[in-house]
Amino acid sequence: MQHAKNLSEYNKELREALDNTFLRGAMDKFATAYPVGRANAFSGYDIDSLVQEVVQSKDAAIGQLDTLYADFKAKAEANGVHVHLAKTGDEANEIIARIAKDNGCKKIVKSKSMTAEETLLNHRLEEDGLEITETDLGEWIIQLRHEGPSHMVMPAIHLSRYQVAELFSQVTQQDQSSDIQRLVKVARRELRQKYADADMGISGANFAIAETGTIGIVTNEGNARLVTTLPRVHVALAGIEKLCSTLEDALKSLRVLTKNATGQALTSYVTWISGANECQTGPNGKKEMHIVFLDNGRSELAKDPLFSQVLRCVRCGACANVCPVYRMVGGHQMGHIYIGAIGLILTYFFHGKEKAKNLVQNCINCEACKHICAAGIDLPRLIKEIHARILDEDGHPLPSLLLAKLMKNRKLFHSFLRMAQTAQRPLTGGTQYIRHLPQIFAKDHGFKALPAIAAKPFRDRFAELKPHVAAPRYRIALFSGCVQDFVYPEQLEAALKVLAAHDVDVDFPMDQSCCGLPLQMMGEKKACADVASQNIAAMAGEYDYIITLCASCASHLTHNYPFLLGEHDSSAKAFAAKVLPFSAFLVDVLGVDADKFTQNHDRATLHAPCHLCRGMGVVEQPRKLLTIGGYEYAPADQEQVCCGFGGTYSAKFPGISEEILKHKLTDAGRTGADVLVTECPGCIMQLRGGAEKNKAGFEVRHIAEVLADHLKK
Amino acid sequence: MGTTPEMLEKFRTKAKAVSATVVEISSMAQAIAYTVDLCISKDACQLLMSGCEESLSDKGKDLCELKEWNKIIAAPRLSDADMAELVAQARDRQVAVIKDGLRNHLAGIDIGFTVADHGIAETGTLVLDSSSEELRLATMISEIHVCVIHTSRIHPSAESMYGQLKTYMNTKPNYLAFVTGASRTADIERVLALGVHGPLELHILILEDN
Repeated sequence: MQHAKNLSEYNKELREALDNTFLRGAMDKFATAYPVGRANAFSGYDIDSLVQEVVQSKDAAIGQLDTLYADFKAKAEANGVHVHLAKTGDEANEIIARIAKDNGCKKIVKSKSMTAEETLLNHRLEEDGLEITETDLGEWIIQLRHEGPSHMVMPAIHLSRYQVAELFSQVTQQDQSSDIQRLVKVARRELRQKYADADMGISGANFAIAETGTIGIVTNEGNARLVTTLPRVHVALAGIEKLCSTLEDALKSLRVLTKNATGQALTSYVTWISGANECQTGPNGKKEMHIVFLDNGRSELAKDPLFSQVLRCVRCGACANVCPVYRMVGGHQMGHIYIGAIGLILTYFFHGKEKAKNLVQNCINCEACKHICAAGIDLPRLIKEIHARILDEDGHPLPSLLLAKLMKNRKLFHSFLRMAQTAQRPLTGGTQYIRHLPQIFAKDHGFKALPAIAAKPFRDRFAELKPHVAAPRYRIALFSGCVQDFVYPEQLEAALKVLAAHDVDVDFPMDQSCCGLPLQMMGEKKACADVASQNIAAMAGEYDYIITLCASCASHLTHNYPFLLGEHDSSAKAFAAKVLPFSAFLVDVLGVDADKFTQNHDRATLHAPCHLCRGMGVVEQPRKLLTIGGYEYAPADQEQVCCGFGGTYSAKFPGISEEILKHKLTDAGRTGADVLVTECPGCIMQLRGGAEKNKAGFEVRHIAEVLADHLKK
Repeated sequence: MGTTPEMLEKFRTKAKAVSATVVEISSMAQAIAYTVDLCISKDACQLLMSGCEESLSDKGKDLCELKEWNKIIAAPRLSDADMAELVAQARDRQVAVIKDGLRNHLAGIDIGFTVADHGIAETGTLVLDSSSEELRLATMISEIHVCVIHTSRIHPSAESMYGQLKTYMNTKPNYLAFVTGASRTADIERVLALGVHGPLELHILILEDN
């Protein structure tokens, strides 16, 4: 749950989480085990088409929630079920409290429902003196600890067996060993008594099928079966977005849900309840059954052209499983009640701006969530969009405003960078790194050596460096991005050599500026769109391709420009279609050959930049290039996991950035490579800074540089 | 279209992958013999209800003491002939057989013996029409669930049996269960533990009837 009032308080909480060794170990194990399990579960399936089926069926349902609700209600009521619609969380809680009162219920057993977490149902029912027991093992544990879940599927993943043993010792007033199998048995027995005593069962629902008035509940423990069977009253609480037309729709989601959530082909139990079933202790031998649908802003969301996709979520939790930030700090810091990337978004809509304002800044924009999502939700974009909305509502902070002003004006921005070059001299001691940080930055930011701004930017040297190509095969424009232009001009210089050796004529349009991604990360959407227009105009010459050596620029130019400038801006689309990352151009267009490079088989490993492997779908090309370029490619574990940079992210959340970086350097070091190669100056800034500070024993270089090194004269 | 050997093999593989015990049998009598044998050979520690050997609160213990200490097989929806066979075989071995009143045995029963309505090869899943409360409880509160599946009832996927599934859902009221392996949890340190609320073991007896 979020209580931090500002970013600095939030950072303090993050620090505590980072210092929690058990949590870190548990998260690490999970982060490495999850992708393997998931891949097994999906083996033999075309994941993309399964996800597309979910997208289509969910979108169709979201477009007709009113009709589906009416159909469902009619079917279910014809079979003895009472169906309710609650506008708000409080209303849902009141309805359920009233059902308990009307039926004289005293003791409630509950199976897992994130929706009930959303409405804080237990608190409300406890006010009426009702005894509520969560029966999902993880939920029971956190209920006893008075905590919220730290994962949507594994709510107690942040706790150790020792903590659980201590807790169960208190509950049973008996000493409990920390043997997990025995602890589970204790829970089995203690909870069985609760089922026997309960007169009301509360469950969630994963599906509500309008065609038949059926609810579907997915569990592994089987607790939902007991909850819906033993007590004489059953109340199911579900968001209205759980409504779907047919069983076919439900099965489409089910197929992806369990595989994506836990790497299971199917959970142990899937329960389909159609109507009020036999219940020997119920009135007339029938169950008193109620279904409460919760709106709580969902029907408004359904009308929003961009945000309606949020309602596709099947609550598999995968966006947390692959999030590098979640891995570092766990769910209590990466959500309020809903966890992970989707949690950041839902917090804003269900629990308000105050709870969401710090959270939405804690997205490193690596896009891992977007690519794992069971329902194809563009999570990072929505998170950025909410950040921008909050800034628009609350006012933009000064640094963000200044950055926006500065970057909208290329000349001003570049003069600023030139001034900074002069101003940094006392700090660099004449090296490539800023050796001494001013005190205000020193505390949390000292984990990597920061690069110095180059003596002369690339743009000032382009005229002298531009090679003459007699018979060009292609004419391209180089888009440098600001980091390479002003910090790492040598990477562009290396690229010029490689491109000239392959008869490519290169131009460097001088009016190009920063791609604008930092503005987007700061939530400055308007300035970001202005910069996009300027760059499109600057790069408008007769070029076959626009090539960039920066993965983040490539992805931003390709995907965000058309979005920022609107679907109908054809110039943005035409521009975006010409953009290619350096390695993709070399392999896919030029078809570079090993003959051009010295083959000495130096060992090299790769870091796949987020915006290259996921953003641009370029995965194999850098690997091939290393081999073609005469290197021995030694794959590192977690090659495609973020380096922890995230542009302005690393400045905002230095503690997390540092820990993600450590993992990366360790994995790279294990390969025994002499050089860690990547294709994004941002990643290089992070990785090289970390390698320098930690004496990692390998170099960090751009792929253009290692290729230029091996270019035969 | 009948059940192909490939489908059967897939069903078997998938069910085993989720820790079900899969056995081929040739008759209901054999299925019953298997079940009674299993009940007799249940481990001594499982003679106690699972969990009762642990340290429990006084409330938790109450239920354990309710348990009658002879072994029980619950078989709520068996045909009369099969029930007669089960009772005959069980009587000889001092095992009690019940078909109703399962609410009086919430502390646990040894074996729930059922016949599946359908099977799903893709996931090794049993489909049981559980509209009868007794049947539902037999498959939930038993320590071992033994379920017979006729080969002819195995379908390639849930998607390939929409018609049948919808028939159940339209027969109101209905409580339909997909059962895939035993009850499981990984809520403590992501370590797998079987039998958290429902059966600790699932035995699937495949009965050839093609």
